[in-house]
Amino acid sequence: MPFLDAIRLALQTIWVQKLKSFFTLLGVMIGVTFLIAVVSIVGGMSRYMSDELVGKIMAINSFEVRQRPNINIGDNSEEHQRELRRRPRIEEADVAPIVAALEPDIRYAAVGIGSLNAESKYQLKPKATRVFTVTPDYFDIKRMAPVKGRLFSPQEYEHGSNVIVIGQDVAKYYFNGLEPLGRELIVKGLPYTVVGVMETQGSAFGQSFDQFIVAPHTSPLNRLVNPHGLINSIIIQVPGQRSMVSTMENVREVMRIRHHLRPNQKDNFELQTSDSALEFWNKIKSYLVIAGVALPAIGLVVGAIVIMNIMLVAVAERTREIGIRKALGAKRRDIMSQFLVESATLSTLGAALGVATGFAFAKVISMLSPLPAAVELWSVLVGISIGAGVGVIAGVYPASRASRLDPITALRQE
Amino acid sequence: MSYETVEAPLGMTAERQAVVAEAGQAPGKDWVIVTRGIKREYDMGGEVVRALRGVDLAIMRNEYVAIMGPSGSGKSTLMNTIGCLDTPNAGEYWLNGQQVSTMTDDALARVRNKEIGFVFQTFNLLPRATALHNVELPLVYAGVSSDERKRRAREALTRVNLEDRMDHRPNELSGGQRQRVAIARALVNNPSILLADEPTGNLDSSTSEEIMRVFETLADQGQTVIMVTHEPDIAAHARRVVVLRDGVIASDDRKSSFVEKLGILAPTLK
Repeated sequence: MPFLDAIRLALQTIWVQKLKSFFTLLGVMIGVTFLIAVVSIVGGMSRYMSDELVGKIMAINSFEVRQRPNINIGDNSEEHQRELRRRPRIEEADVAPIVAALEPDIRYAAVGIGSLNAESKYQLKPKATRVFTVTPDYFDIKRMAPVKGRLFSPQEYEHGSNVIVIGQDVAKYYFNGLEPLGRELIVKGLPYTVVGVMETQGSAFGQSFDQFIVAPHTSPLNRLVNPHGLINSIIIQVPGQRSMVSTMENVREVMRIRHHLRPNQKDNFELQTSDSALEFWNKIKSYLVIAGVALPAIGLVVGAIVIMNIMLVAVAERTREIGIRKALGAKRRDIMSQFLVESATLSTLGAALGVATGFAFAKVISMLSPLPAAVELWSVLVGISIGAGVGVIAGVYPASRASRLDPITALRQE
Repeated sequence: MSYETVEAPLGMTAERQAVVAEAGQAPGKDWVIVTRGIKREYDMGGEVVRALRGVDLAIMRNEYVAIMGPSGSGKSTLMNTIGCLDTPNAGEYWLNGQQVSTMTDDALARVRNKEIGFVFQTFNLLPRATALHNVELPLVYAGVSSDERKRRAREALTRVNLEDRMDHRPNELSGGQRQRVAIARALVNNPSILLADEPTGNLDSSTSEEIMRVFETLADQGQTVIMVTHEPDIAAHARRVVVLRDGVIASDDRKSSFVEKLGILAPTLK
């Protein structure tokens, strides 16, 4: 019998007994639902991790020289934390030797970060605000641009003028509806003039990235943020055509010499890339994917057993039909493929419904939680083909029993 | 296929040739069925039932034959064997020049599909399929394309005057109409023989007559018809009557002589 005829026949048979068919394919449907939902949620989390979280903290094509990682999703043991705290800080004095080792087209920015209380004439209640002091290329590397006003001029960098640019939350809090440009924020008694308001940076895990003040590294703020010539990090952005790895090795070399490390000693500084920040997440993700595949697999096994049983019942119920078909010239192969196609169609329908409900499930979760669920095409294809495969496997035994029925006995069946 | 062409490929023994020659009294006619010494035994829970004990039967193309016999005479087994639903334990069965008795299941299925049109007592139509689809079924297994199938199925249904009932399901048809659908299904693949098993067993007498008239017409048009029945008045429509008893042929008569004997046989057949 041609394949299309077999599928049409299977669909007819399934449609005639809608409710029974639905319960039969329920197991496969639930299995595939969970497969799609888990894969979508893990995929969504993954995208969230790399795009939103790490992407917002780390600039593109860049790495940071740091005392310790600022994104630490991995080893949180007390011992490890102690080791991190014992490391020497990065110093302003480190910048020049590192820059000397870089190719001339590689950009860098030295960054100091601190938390300071600021106030304004319009908002007397001080609030702890993150203050960054940066070298000129910082905004370029981080791809930050002002929505209002401007960035710092070279002269302001050179003279350490009392100018700042602020994030949207800061603008809202301290100037409360007023035009912030040209107005002043007061930090530790000194006024700083706002020259720019940056575009919004968004948020991750409910934490806003718009609550910041940026000042030139020569600003008086630098002494408050980075006392004793210490800085937080040096961001190094490697142009696409240059090797990030070899640049990192050069920088590592400089830092090891400056920290007087012997060859057998481990680095006591961090070269953080977005990959290294995501490393631990990727490890968790692989476990989640395994779990997300193993659990639905149980559902699929149950689904397969249900389908097999129902198909065995169908073969018993339709013995006479099988006898008629055989008398009219159906070969074993014809009967076999009729029942195989029927169980595969049933199961594939279940898988298709499962894909749909899995989608819906993922959508609901992404609506109710901050996790964006991203449905991936491969999971749909895998889900559907698993459905078809389960149907074929579950159908083999009933179909071969049907195909081996003796036509005379089958015809005699009431 | 003439007797002469049948002879060589069959590799018949001299004895066989004698049987065939005896049966082939009308030269130039084709042999559709030739059986020799067919035996069929069943093992029914340790007890061996010998349903056929050596049946020699030769049927020519265009014959209209009734096979009769009391229950237990082996006529159903003979019918199943002729219909290639069953194979004999011993003996040979040649259908249209093909040695059927040693064929595999799939080869038998192909023979059933191409050479035999079944008409059953209980119609055996697929209940959920329309008349048209039921008639299409043998063509599906013959690998005929969908359009061609529909065309030929319509043609066959028209032949049995059911052109206005094509889209009805069996439960929307009367008994006689169902049996005519079954006849159309049997004819749709142009089989060598039309094999009917008690075709009027589930029908009232007027509908029976209607079905017998269909058979009559088909036989007149040259269709070979073999019909198993235990009703003498139904068998009387046939032009040759083979009577089985205890697994062997008890008598084999052409119409002229059979009609005379009918009166004598009738009591035992009932």
